[in-house]
Amino acid sequence: MTTTAIAAPTVSGAPHGGGILTRARWVVSDTLTLTRRNLLAITRIPEALFFSTVQPIMFVLLFRYVFGGAIAVPGGLPYVDYLMPGIFVQTVAFGAVSTSIGLAEDLQKGLIERFRALPMSRGAVLTGRTTADVVRNVFVVIIITAVGLAVGFRPTTGALSYTAAILLILLFAYALSWGFAVIGLSAPNSETAQVMSFPILFPLTFISAAFVPVHSMPSWLQGFATYQPVSVTVSACRALMVGAQVTGHSTWFWTSRSLVWSVLFLIVLIPLAIHRYRTRT
Amino acid sequence: MTIAIEAENLEKTFKGKRQVRALDGVSFAVEEGTVFGLLGPNGSGKTTAVRVLTTILRPDGGTARVLGNDVQKKAGLVRTIIGLAGQYAAVDENLTGRENIQMVGNLNHLERSFVAQRAVELLRQFDLTDAGDRPLKTYSGGMRRRLDLAAALVARPTVLFLDEPTTGLDPQSRNDLWEVIEQLVDGGTTVLLTTQYLEEADRLASRLAVLDHGRVIAEGTPASMKADLGATVLEVGLSTIEDARRTGAILDALGPHTPLVNGTFVEVTVDNGPQAAMLALRNLDGESIQPTTFNLREPSLDDVFLSLTGHRTEEDEEGTADDGPPDGKRRRRWTRRAEQALPVATGELA
Ligand SMILES: Nc1ncnc2c1ncn2[C@@H]1O[C@H](COP(=O)(O)OP(=O)(O)O)[C@@H](O)[C@H]1O
Ligand SMILES: [Mg+2]
Repeated sequence: MTTTAIAAPTVSGAPHGGGILTRARWVVSDTLTLTRRNLLAITRIPEALFFSTVQPIMFVLLFRYVFGGAIAVPGGLPYVDYLMPGIFVQTVAFGAVSTSIGLAEDLQKGLIERFRALPMSRGAVLTGRTTADVVRNVFVVIIITAVGLAVGFRPTTGALSYTAAILLILLFAYALSWGFAVIGLSAPNSETAQVMSFPILFPLTFISAAFVPVHSMPSWLQGFATYQPVSVTVSACRALMVGAQVTGHSTWFWTSRSLVWSVLFLIVLIPLAIHRYRTRT
Repeated sequence: MTIAIEAENLEKTFKGKRQVRALDGVSFAVEEGTVFGLLGPNGSGKTTAVRVLTTILRPDGGTARVLGNDVQKKAGLVRTIIGLAGQYAAVDENLTGRENIQMVGNLNHLERSFVAQRAVELLRQFDLTDAGDRPLKTYSGGMRRRLDLAAALVARPTVLFLDEPTTGLDPQSRNDLWEVIEQLVDGGTTVLLTTQYLEEADRLASRLAVLDHGRVIAEGTPASMKADLGATVLEVGLSTIEDARRTGAILDALGPHTPLVNGTFVEVTVDNGPQAAMLALRNLDGESIQPTTFNLREPSLDDVFLSLTGHRTEEDEEGTADDGPPDGKRRRRWTRRAEQALPVATGELA
């Protein structure tokens, strides 16, 4: 056998299983390969494109022109300014469902089985997925910003503050991606992954400060509705985008709590997702 | 002779609602540059064995080596040597054929220019050049299988694992795939192939092992296995049970193999098919017995099982219908008919 003579050339020229530096490079290159693959998929699945573009636009229009008139916002803030931070967070949260569906599908179709027999970095399946989510969400926040401006959204706090809000949203969305990765790795198939995702999403996005002021809810709901992660992040964005007056606390009050939620999620969910990935037979 | 793949006493039990002992001490060795067939019905442990050998699954016991490298201790190295085409074409529906091949190439950390050139080569080799830039949604089952195999070959693996590569394919696609596999072996690749079809193992493999309930129940060359079996199976259907009984006696006189009578259905393995058929028809006519069906066919995995274990292949209780090949369907129908006709004799099937 002329094994060595016909061996295919590797990027580093080094044999596999080499030094720490080579391994680190492979983690990055494998993550990029799979990020690219996941992004290509989004552009080719009409549903995925729909969920990340048309759906948020519909929500903006619905709340802005249909429900908005009936919702009273404290302090005389135009409802559209109250609404938009909620739309941002709700959209990235719903978008994270595609992570659970996508991973469950990769498992179901045997793609992950193939990956496991390749000399690739083990974690790249998860990092490639969550990194693609970040890229997608960057596009999503740009689209929503444009739509918001078109329907009268007027951020008042300046570009720096607005950018901080966007970064906070992207961090929160990244944390959620790992959560939905756990769901995708726990579900027997993609349909179940979807079914498992919504009972978590609905209370988080609708029993929240995203669309209506919390004080309009029954008092027993208000505690949860104020301090659950989606609400805290929405309030932080609201404070950062249109001022803290309507939120009842300072900008830092909400921002710090949103950061704590996101970091807490990441600390718990990343190891959990990796564990689920490793032990899934 | 060098041993390319070695399995020693592999054990694996899946724990769950019900425990399944998928591998119950499986051992075999595959010589470098040959095709080894793992033959067994659904649920016999073929995929589990392949998953252990390809570093995907950790066995509970036993060891496995590929080109001398332990699949657990040197998993990273083993993954650079092997190629795997799994039981279900593991391809990305949303990518084109070329993108699929390139993705696997990149994940093998191969040079970009090499991967691009290799993709062109492989698409041509597998007759997918025209379809190469179309999304996979437009591919037929046979094309998917070919692409799956092409992707497994990007890094020029020296040891190739093919898990039921032709299950579910039409005869033409199956033949095409067999030819490709033969070319690979001519080029020096070692292949471990699992299959439910004796015909496939016979065509491709130089040695084979028969798996049943996670155990190797027979090992040898396809020729020796068929010699034990008889070359051809003669099947006769009749209109009454009495006719079947009499036919059984007539067929018994044809050769060394004992006929099996199942209700109104009789079959026997024979060494010379046409000659036995003529003799059988002449004798049936002499006794004024009118058969309703009369068939000569190649022995199937079912017949191997019957001769090795005294029972036919069993359906896994989880009985998925996903294997769906023509032979599989025929086998199931036959098993069911046998059960209806002769509940006592087939009681052990349950
Ligand atoms: N991941 C798994 N979890 C639980 N049981 C499994 C799993 N994989 C396979 N099995 C069981 O192990 C046995 C052998 O399966 P498998 O190796 O897939 O057989 P084959 O490939 O020959 O059809 C079957 O009874 C199957 O149901
Ligand atoms: Mg199988």
